[in-house]
Amino acid sequence: MIDLSSSESLVSDDIKINKTVGNIYADDAKMSMRNVNVFYGEKQAIKDVSLDLAKNQVTALIGPSGCGKSTFLRCLNRMNDTIPICRVEGELKLDGDDIYAKGLDPVLLRARVGMVFQKPNPFPKSIYDNVAYGPKIHGLATNKAELDEIVVTSLQRAGLFNEVKDRLDSAGTGLSGGQQQRLCIARTIAVSPEVILMDEPASALDPIATAVIEELIDELKEKYTIAIVTHSMQQAARVSQTTAYFHMGQLVEVGETDQIFTNPSHELTENYITGRFG
Amino acid sequence: MMENDLHLTQHISKRFNEELEEVRSQVLKMGGLVEQQVNDGLEALMQSDFTLAKKVVNGDVEVNSLEVNIDESCTQIIARRQPAASDLRLMVSIIKTITDLERIGDEAVKLGKNTLKLPEESKVARQYVELKHLGEHVLKTLNNALTAYARLDVQAAIEIIDNDKAIDEEFDAISRLLITRMMEDPREIKNSLRISWCARALERIGDHTKNICEYIVYLVKGKDVRHTSLEEVKRQIQE
Amino acid sequence: MTKQTQTSAELTTTEKVAFSLKKRHRKEKRFQWMGRLAIGFGFMLVLILLTDIFIKAMPAFHQHWVKLEIDYRKDWMKIDSSESVLAGEGSYRTTLKKSIYQMFPEVKDRKQKRSLFALFSTNAEFTIKNYLMENPKVLGKKVDVFVRLDDDIDTYLKSVNMPGEEFSRVNQAQAGWVLELFELKRIEKRWNTSFFLNGDSRDPELAGVKGALTGTLLTMLVTLLLSFPLGVAAALYLEEFAPKNRWTDLIEVNINNLAAVPSIIFGLLGLAVIINMFGLPRSAPLVGGIVLTLMTLPTIIIASRASIKAVPPSIREAALGLGASRMQTAFGHVLPIAMPGILTGTIIGMAQALGETAPLLMIGMVAFIVDIPGGITDPATVLPVQIYLWADSPERAFLAKTSAAILVLLSFLLVMNSIAAFLRKKFEKSL
Repeated sequence: MIDLSSSESLVSDDIKINKTVGNIYADDAKMSMRNVNVFYGEKQAIKDVSLDLAKNQVTALIGPSGCGKSTFLRCLNRMNDTIPICRVEGELKLDGDDIYAKGLDPVLLRARVGMVFQKPNPFPKSIYDNVAYGPKIHGLATNKAELDEIVVTSLQRAGLFNEVKDRLDSAGTGLSGGQQQRLCIARTIAVSPEVILMDEPASALDPIATAVIEELIDELKEKYTIAIVTHSMQQAARVSQTTAYFHMGQLVEVGETDQIFTNPSHELTENYITGRFG
Repeated sequence: MMENDLHLTQHISKRFNEELEEVRSQVLKMGGLVEQQVNDGLEALMQSDFTLAKKVVNGDVEVNSLEVNIDESCTQIIARRQPAASDLRLMVSIIKTITDLERIGDEAVKLGKNTLKLPEESKVARQYVELKHLGEHVLKTLNNALTAYARLDVQAAIEIIDNDKAIDEEFDAISRLLITRMMEDPREIKNSLRISWCARALERIGDHTKNICEYIVYLVKGKDVRHTSLEEVKRQIQE
Repeated sequence: MTKQTQTSAELTTTEKVAFSLKKRHRKEKRFQWMGRLAIGFGFMLVLILLTDIFIKAMPAFHQHWVKLEIDYRKDWMKIDSSESVLAGEGSYRTTLKKSIYQMFPEVKDRKQKRSLFALFSTNAEFTIKNYLMENPKVLGKKVDVFVRLDDDIDTYLKSVNMPGEEFSRVNQAQAGWVLELFELKRIEKRWNTSFFLNGDSRDPELAGVKGALTGTLLTMLVTLLLSFPLGVAAALYLEEFAPKNRWTDLIEVNINNLAAVPSIIFGLLGLAVIINMFGLPRSAPLVGGIVLTLMTLPTIIIASRASIKAVPPSIREAALGLGASRMQTAFGHVLPIAMPGILTGTIIGMAQALGETAPLLMIGMVAFIVDIPGGITDPATVLPVQIYLWADSPERAFLAKTSAAILVLLSFLLVMNSIAAFLRKKFEKSL
């Protein structure tokens, strides 16, 4: 179901990253991960990563392809559970509760930790149904009026309402790429999650649509804790407050975005963000 | 050896490497030109060489056009490459450095202009061995700073920043001397004032040189050391 | 050769490309023509086949009736009241015979009489009986009643340009009588409704496809109701829920193998297990449906799995990411998107089942069944079997019937496909 080729490049022992550079601790951590190891079968995809997601902040995960940043992001709402050979070790906590606890239903976790994917993937249903789906399955609305309100506020918050208010019944797949992605964001926030994970949310969009999404992310952080994986360093620099650089399955450096992009401490980070040979 | 720290030539984009190299060599060229201007200005002043003084005054045009060119190159690199980290710091430091270099060039012109206004036969300036001393000191500092810039030598840069106080003290000494001279012989006031302006120009060159050294520290270490005490700077660099 | 390499070296890239381009275009054109030819050939064969079937089937849709002057004389009928008529009494065969002889007084000897009587369908006595029962008042009166001609005479009339000509199975005297009746305008060509309303019969003029059609319909219904939910559920489970291990691999291999098993094996299985072990009735659409289900299931499962596999994983991720359970994801998102493909697979499987006779041989659906089945446990036969039976019958009139039955089968297939296409369109539109 998931492209395993992206996890081909795995932890390498050639590069000695004994300890993550920078401060992995956040004062007000919404999620905190300690010593996370992820394996695909025998192969290790994430090695000993510890990181906090600060509340109401945008944390950007950057790094070259196959560095494990997407894998790490997917651990945060247990999307990796769908891959049978994937094994997650370590301590992953949301508000202090272990999200991999035995009794915890991933469905409940995913209602609290929403996800927006790389390719806009609206359901082949109407715009209204797309947004209403989450609240419906979780029973968040008791009647039609409540559901309507959730749909409208979610669309408004995603900055899409004015563009689609006259055609809520038309297909969500008929929208432009940027609009589809905002629809997916609206769909995610309709469930009122606490954390939103974004896996390269603007990689399939043109610069204008990207700018709209980035603006939206900036607004959303007032209400939600956001982690975003991106290949665009400029994007990470623009939207995030904290940046984490992954390399070969390990977390090389974490720091304030301002610092990472002007004066990174680790040579690997420097090489990556300035486009040098590693 | 220090230069390798920035790895300017290791970008995946070869064109980017070339652009950075080009703009850096332009800055060094501008530095050399400005140094020459200061050198000539001081020489003209000391020898009351009007020809050389005129050459210095006219030479500023070239310094200015170099500044414009480098500015332009930096703007283009920023627009096209969106440099980050050390590349970004390099851009910022270059833009700031050339402003200071241009100012140094202006101060050199002041030296030249004042030379032209001093009576040729009197060789007034030569009477002030302190001025010559100050000029040579400033020139040496400027040379060191440019070398440090070329080598990205933080240690040397800090020494120069440290050294700025000495220049200030020398300037104060000359000021006092000139005041005494003026009180002794009011006919000398006009020339003494001109000498004072020249000393002032040299002191300003020292200040600009200090600024350039601060940019070197920023470029290499990523730390903004402007407006901080030297002890603080040293402490930060040690980190 | 050296000269050639020299020239090719001198040529510019554009010239080289232009040179090879011509060749490539020729190749492409050749391929296109080959494709057109193949399609044309196939199309032509289908056309020939259909035309042939159609021409042969035409006679079966019409039937000749003759207006006989029936004398419902009470002494011939051996009854005297309309109550007895309604009770079904009366000797109609005698009445029919005597009425016919009355119409042809010149026929005297027994052989001639038998020959004359053979002009009319064996069903004629029931026709006049029904007529009388519907109109009891005509008892004792002389009335004109239409009865069917015998199938040989019917075929004769359809084959010759003008009655009276010689024809196999019709002797000189019979031809004369037919000509006489024809000239009296007593013979009428009618739309053959009995073909669609009757069950099978030994008499071609009475035989119809309704029994087989109903049998097919019931069998298909059973097949669809069993194979579709089972197949889709199996495919959905295997694709969405089952862990990927050696067992599921084994199951997958076996399902693929099942699709290649000769259908008669399924028939044997049906006989051995469903009839002999579970004791379900023989020749019943229920058993036929179950056997055909076994045959169709692999097709449906394979097609459904392919279709489910083709659903973009992003849709699953979207649903799971919103906190939908795997069940909600599978039924709410994967299945609707896969549905058009599943329907295509189903219709392929059903079409296969529709034309199948071999497995039905084993479970007794090849019997001669006159009655129209009323339910899935009544004895029944199916259209392909009916076609086979008729094609095997000696009577000439069955030739046309066979072709007509083939047309009915094809129409059934067409209707089935149209419904599937309609449903598919509807699913695709809702996406």
